[in-house]
Amino acid sequence: MAGVRFWREFDTRYRMLATRCSQCGLVYFPPRTVCRKCRRRSVGKMEKVPLPPQGTVLSYTVVHQGLKGFDAQVPYVMAIIEFEGGVTVLGQVVDCDPEDVAIGMEVKPVFRRVREEGEAGVIHYGYKFAPPCFPVCVDESLASPE
Amino acid sequence: MREVAIVGAAMTKFGELWDRSLRDIGLESGMLVLMDAGMETEDVEALFLGNMSAGRFIQQEHIGALIADHAGLADRGIPATRVEAGGATGSLALRQAYLTVASGAHDVVMVGGAEKMTDVSDRDAEETMSFAADQEWEVFFGATLASLYAMMARRHMHDHGTTPEQLAHVAVKNHAHGSGNPKAQCRNKLTVERVLGAGRVAEPLGVLDCSPISDGGAAVVLTTLERAKEITDEPVIIRGSAQASDTLALHDRWSITSQRATRLAVQGALSQAGKELADMDLMEVNDGFTIAEIIALEDLGLAEPGQGGRLAEEGVTALGGDMPVNTSGGLKARGNPPGATGIAQIVEIYDQLKGRAEGRQVADARVGLAHNVGGTGATVAVHILEVA
Amino acid sequence: MDVGILSYGIWIPRHRIATEEIARVWGKDGASMAAGLGVKSKSVPTVDEDVVTMSVEAAEMALRRCHFDRADVGAIYVGSESHPYAVKPSATIVAEAIGATPDLTAADFEFACKAGTAAIQTCMGLVKAEMIKGGFAIGSDTSQGAPGDALEYSASAGAAAFLISSGPDIIARIDHTLSFTTDTPDFWRREGQRYPSHGGRFTGVPAYFKHVVTCGEKMMEAQGTSAEDYDQVVVHQPNGKFPLKAAKSLGFPREQVETGLLTPRIGNTYSGAVPLGLAAILDKAGPGDRVLVVSYGSGAGSDAFDITVTDAIADYHREGDDLVETRIAFNKFIDYATYAKYRGKILMGGGE
Repeated sequence: MAGVRFWREFDTRYRMLATRCSQCGLVYFPPRTVCRKCRRRSVGKMEKVPLPPQGTVLSYTVVHQGLKGFDAQVPYVMAIIEFEGGVTVLGQVVDCDPEDVAIGMEVKPVFRRVREEGEAGVIHYGYKFAPPCFPVCVDESLASPE
Repeated sequence: MREVAIVGAAMTKFGELWDRSLRDIGLESGMLVLMDAGMETEDVEALFLGNMSAGRFIQQEHIGALIADHAGLADRGIPATRVEAGGATGSLALRQAYLTVASGAHDVVMVGGAEKMTDVSDRDAEETMSFAADQEWEVFFGATLASLYAMMARRHMHDHGTTPEQLAHVAVKNHAHGSGNPKAQCRNKLTVERVLGAGRVAEPLGVLDCSPISDGGAAVVLTTLERAKEITDEPVIIRGSAQASDTLALHDRWSITSQRATRLAVQGALSQAGKELADMDLMEVNDGFTIAEIIALEDLGLAEPGQGGRLAEEGVTALGGDMPVNTSGGLKARGNPPGATGIAQIVEIYDQLKGRAEGRQVADARVGLAHNVGGTGATVAVHILEVA
Repeated sequence: MDVGILSYGIWIPRHRIATEEIARVWGKDGASMAAGLGVKSKSVPTVDEDVVTMSVEAAEMALRRCHFDRADVGAIYVGSESHPYAVKPSATIVAEAIGATPDLTAADFEFACKAGTAAIQTCMGLVKAEMIKGGFAIGSDTSQGAPGDALEYSASAGAAAFLISSGPDIIARIDHTLSFTTDTPDFWRREGQRYPSHGGRFTGVPAYFKHVVTCGEKMMEAQGTSAEDYDQVVVHQPNGKFPLKAAKSLGFPREQVETGLLTPRIGNTYSGAVPLGLAAILDKAGPGDRVLVVSYGSGAGSDAFDITVTDAIADYHREGDDLVETRIAFNKFIDYATYAKYRGKILMGGGE
């Protein structure tokens, strides 16, 4: 029943809704119910806001010894993404080759399968990040129309 | 608060202890430390036990009672308390014991740390270590503990020009130190080339940038300074004990190339001890990954921010250098059973201050510092010991 | 009331495998396989992509490209033959992910390769009856062919989402729709079976061609039109050959088929095939362009649509990342072993 613990966070896991402290304007992702700066003064004054549509890679790593459930993706890229306003989010970077990733690279969120609870269990969906799609043709003749 | 001293310190060998269970390890470290302190079981008034994840490693919780039982303390019915804080588990157990004696609640307290990791597969063990990071917002997405430290390393390199060779020097130094420590898990010497050529775990970190999976136990006995003086002419006094926290998740930090909790904890411990970092004769520093030692030494104040990579490279932190760091071999070579690590650091400082660290003794060591980190820096404890 | 497409979005996975690479593994002549099927390469989803993820990306793109309140999405139908769950709707996950919950109806459709167009018809009905302001019809598949089977050379992955609504902002008016349905066992997958089965050459004349051509003819008869009245035609495309032949039977020369013919480069995206072909046509269409659409689903049936592009398309965002051509060109070719890993064709150990 581990699906339940993620079900209650679908706003965050599916749509990346963050919270913003209406006192000081700091944005939190994952959402916080209490502002780290304003603390008690922020209680009940945190509002839900969407994150900016894109961010940049603050740091990253190419994982060769991955967690169980990620074997088919090794080597996979984990990164900390910085959004405008300073919010930082950890996630996987997909749809590019590990050697293409660099600090400062622009990425946008994509909706992907993150984990699954075995073959019979719940599938956990959520955000990952991908570079904006740009034409990369490895083999021109295969990629062009007949 | 009363002054608190250590009157006995001991540890099992760290490594893959195939023939021993968590109970055996707990018992062995308990017996060893009592012998070292010259005490009887009856002298112990309370037990604090550091254990990070027996629930995952051997499906056993309620570790305080278990180890008290197997250390021969069950019939006495003394309070036994388990403490957990990821990789900082051991030092937090020590701190709880320290506060208990300092407060006057108990006069003689045993504090142990034990972990049995090899009853599960390497992958399960690595995964469990990752649970000291944020399960919901880091590990869920595929982040291992190594990958989080790798991101710190990548950014450190980007911002400060730290090199892979500098990371490798940390491993080379700590293995050289470990080769002199009979209790260490890894006693082989390394070269920079070998570290750089090892398989990658999470770039830029390779297998030899990471501490091993270890079984092991360590224990110390604390008592009041007054009582300690009855036992020994040279009690080792806990001059400073401080602990600090930070966000659980790395990405929530104001910086990923510095651990704020280390800075807070070292300030607290130094100020309590009335000392400066330069007063230290040696340090045991959390080097679960090579980059961790570099960042820790910057946050402790041994190097300017961004300059920590030079220390091992230039020999400053080697035995015989200006400030020997991790003479035990550190987490990297001594081994890293997380529940025991923080206590094993204390055992090393104790042995050094007592002048009994054969094969790796720092000459005239009087004051030492131990720095222990949980997760990626969400918990840090710093202790300063001085021999009277 | 005019009902039509207010917006649309697509998703095509980045990875491709060449027909010749598949043929190499199974000892076939790759060049002749590619020529015979009219398929040079097909799209391959990675392990973290499925019908739901592609549907969400397609629907998000559609919402990004128009002004439509997510709360006004009154229906979501996801048509697919490869829903990730046998029981548990894909449509609810899509609804939650795009922020359309809870005031809407949602369901999964299955009708082989035409579940997506069936969803368009359903949404049209709801909009026309003024029961909803707008609804999503999504065709999305990560179809599989058995290793070595003829289907393996074409079965691929992709999705397109159409936001069906009414009013002056619709970019394409759907003037008419009709269907042609019979019980024809040309292709099926029994419950619990991993790969589908098919009737070989029986899938051609009595199945695909009969339904597509008859349905197209019925549409033109109903509308009083002929091929010359349309600028573009898109018909279901299980390979690169069938659609050209079927269109020709309906009177369409090759030039009117090619814009919407994606199978030669990305394979048969099943429920995504005709929707993606239509999207490729809309990417380039101008006001007044008329499009004939005929889908096909094995089992069997066809849905036909007579569509006229409106003036609103002139202001519609159609560039960069959103274009079908951009996503087709954004690709990486992989070998069969990697493909087998991504598609779960390797038997994994359960132990340590």
